[in-house]
Order: sequence, then C-alpha cells, then structure tokens
Amino acid sequence: MLDLPGALLELIRLTSTDLPPDVEAALHQARAREQLGSAAAGALDSILENVALAREKSSPICQDTGTPLFYVRHPAGWSPRQLREQIRQAVAAATKKAYLRPNAVDSLSGENSGDNLGDEAFPTIHFEEIEGDDLTVELILKGGGCENVGAQVSLPDDRLNAGRDLEGVRRIVLEAVQRAQGQGCAPGILGVAIGGDRGSSFAASKEVLLRPLDDVHPETELAEFEGRILREGNQLGIGPMGFGGETTLLGVKATDLHRLPASFFVSVSYMCWAYRRRRMVAHGDDVSYS
Amino acid sequence: MNHLRLPISPDDIRRLKVGDPVLVTGVLLTGRDAAHKWMIDTFIKKTRVPAGDDLQVEQAIRPLLAGGAIYHCGPVVGGLDTQDYRFLAAGPTTSIREEPYQGDVMRHFQVRAVIGKGGMGPKTLAACGEAPGVYLHAIGGAATLIAQSVTRVLGVHKLDFGVPEAMWVIEVRDFPAVVTMDAHGESLHAEIEARSAERLAQLIGA
Repeated sequence: MLDLPGALLELIRLTSTDLPPDVEAALHQARAREQLGSAAAGALDSILENVALAREKSSPICQDTGTPLFYVRHPAGWSPRQLREQIRQAVAAATKKAYLRPNAVDSLSGENSGDNLGDEAFPTIHFEEIEGDDLTVELILKGGGCENVGAQVSLPDDRLNAGRDLEGVRRIVLEAVQRAQGQGCAPGILGVAIGGDRGSSFAASKEVLLRPLDDVHPETELAEFEGRILREGNQLGIGPMGFGGETTLLGVKATDLHRLPASFFVSVSYMCWAYRRRRMVAHGDDVSYS
Repeated sequence: MNHLRLPISPDDIRRLKVGDPVLVTGVLLTGRDAAHKWMIDTFIKKTRVPAGDDLQVEQAIRPLLAGGAIYHCGPVVGGLDTQDYRFLAAGPTTSIREEPYQGDVMRHFQVRAVIGKGGMGPKTLAACGEAPGVYLHAIGGAATLIAQSVTRVLGVHKLDFGVPEAMWVIEVRDFPAVVTMDAHGESLHAEIEARSAERLAQLIGA
C-alpha cells in the first residue's frame, strides 16, 4: 500500500536539499559568464559548492526553508481533506528531521508553532481534480527574503509612464527587479502574472514558477516578453547577491489572466537562486520524483 | 585574504575596504528581527520595562557584542530535543529589515561587524563611520556551506523567540564574507543601486 505521508516526506527532503538539475545548470552557465576573480564569480562558486554539499549531506540548501507551497492534482474520488492532513503530517515530520526550519509564526502573539503547522494557509496547499489515475504533488519552498521583494502594481502607473499594455507591464517588471537589488538572493527567477484580481494575480505569479527554466511559452507574445525581460533585467548589472555582474536573472515565466475592466494588475513573484521545486507522481503504489 | 579575529580592534576595522574578502574567526551572536526590536525597545529607547530574563541576557551578550559581530541569521538547528545543538544550515537573512535599528544597536553595544546579506542603508553606513564598523556580506542561500564554518554552538538566548529568531552564541572558524560597507563611507550597495537605476532609466526612457 502507498505510504503517502512517507512519500511526501521524501518530496520535502528532496526539495529542501537537492536543487533541480535545470536550476543548477543555469547557475553553472551564469558562473561561466562572470569575470574571473570578480565578487560575482566568487558568489556563484560558493553557491555551487553549497548546492553540491547540501545534496551530499542531505541538508537544507538554504536555512530559510520558506513557505511550503503544495500543488496537488488528484484523480476523482480522493479526499482533499485527507490529503491536507497527510501533507501536514509530512511537514511536521520534515521539521522534526530538520529538513525544514520551523517557520510558522503567529502574527499576533509572535509565537512560533515549532512544527511549521499554522492555520489553514500554512502550509499553503492548492488542490485540483484531474483526469486519470495519477496523484501529482508539486512543492515549492519559497523563502522570505525573495517573497519580500515581490511587487504588485495597478496599471496605469504615471511614475513610470506605464500604460495598460505589454510595454507598461515591461516597465513595472524591470522596475521591480531594480528595486529588489540583491535582497531577494539574485540571480532570481521571476514569476509574472498579468491581470486577475489582487489575489488570483499573486497566486498565478507563483504557480507559473512550476514551469521548467528552459521551456518556451506557447504564446509568441509572451515568449518574446519573457526573453526580453530576461535580457534587459541582466543589463541592469545588479549581479549575483547584488555584487554587480552579468547575471541578475536566471529566468522569467509569465502568464496572463482575465481581469475586470477597471483593474489591470501586474504581479511579480521573485524567486531566489535557491529555486527549490520538485514533483512527485504516485501511480498506484509506485512513486517517482523529478 | 583578511583573517579577522573577534573581538576586532578599531584599527583593524579601518584597514578594511569595500571589496575585501574576509574570513572571520571567534565567538559571535546571531540576532535578527525579534532580537533587534527587543534590544531597541528594552535597552536603547526603553519603551518597555525589562522583564523575565531580559537583564541577565543583556549582561551575557554585552561582552560578546563589544568589539564583536552580530550575524543576521535564522539557522536550521539540530539537537533541539537533547540541547546538543548543531547548526545544520546557517546562511544570512536579508539585513535591510534591521536598518531602522542597526545603527543604534552598533553604537549602544559597540558592535564592530554586522554580518548579513543584501546590504544596508545610510543610517547603518553612518554608524560604520562612527563605531567604527563594517558590514560583511555572506553568501545568501549558501547555508550548508556556511554551517561548516560554525565549529560549536556555545549557547542560546531567548529561545522563546523561536529557533530562527533566538540569539545563538556560536564559535566560527574562517567564516567567509566580503566587506560591502566600510568605515570610510563606502558602500558597494549604494554604488550598484545608483548604476542600476541609471540603466533602468535608459531601458524604459523614464
């Protein structure tokens, strides 16, 4: 029988300690672009050394193991209530094993729950029923430093002469990158949502971070937008850790949502270089990870 | 490479310049959001009356901070059940949140080195000039690597703040960082921010 809490615990361990191959490859490419002996190159050397060491020791890549964001796609007949309970069990177990730092703090009392279990929204769990028999659980661990430099703007924005079009969106997103400097642990990955309401827009800007780094958006307009922001973001010269350098961004992922006539939100979720996201697929009793 | 041994003399601080890589050795204290607010409210602005073990903790940390270093870090700690504490992952947290407090904390406790990531603003830079002090930038996210330089956990204060927010007393050996703000008014962060603002203006024509 499928030991789901055990399988979920392994998903959390893998996510916290083993950076996905596409992200590590992008960091190596970034390292090759930086000048030998520069602070940027030194930072990327330490980052890559840390990634290898964390994997070898099965120890957290970053001490800020962040908000656990779970995306669950389940076949018909599964109970989201039970799945939630099993995920919460796995999160508490992972905290006990020090794969996760206790991060759930009561906003009024300041008390840390000690086991990463807060209210309904901590950890964050999204459910979707899908066709087929496989259960897919994806997990992103998003730290607080990068979460704090996210941005949301309602267009038009007179400061930047940003109107209600893709050019306006471009201005907002580039400004967000400039304002973030190194604070979000550059080089970062941007999740950009265009449209929606405030809530759906921010949620979409996070979910888009599930895409592989090297994919190309199927819509030409957004594919070009992503490429342009990546190129121009890197021209800002902020560099790894904000030390200056060639690589400020490792990737840009964008999505669009329908909006109200009155609202045109642009939401930017900044993900740090420690882009911890992993997927688990349970097919009957077989569980695989990627 | 500069080897910095804690506590640091004012002359050694003044010798450091933006861009210098350093390796820090000695005993230091972690402290982040809750710790800075507690120090300011209880001992500097005195907007709250010391309670519980506040005064004992202050006595204990004062000699560590004088000429010493404070590290903006919320570690992953092993051995919580047995109190046989080990730092498993211990990279820096974003320092700018302490900008309202840091300068006053440096002056009050004579802190000479602030270790964190992302840099700090003009108030802290001014305090670096006076103390004298430096801001040392550790590599954000390199948590398992940095934990290797933590040789011992000597104790912990205010564990009721939670594991990330508690003040951990740690012994470090060759802790790697880069000077990004110095005692001579130089800040790499101010420079990069100004340059990137110019490039942004070119890109968006604003």
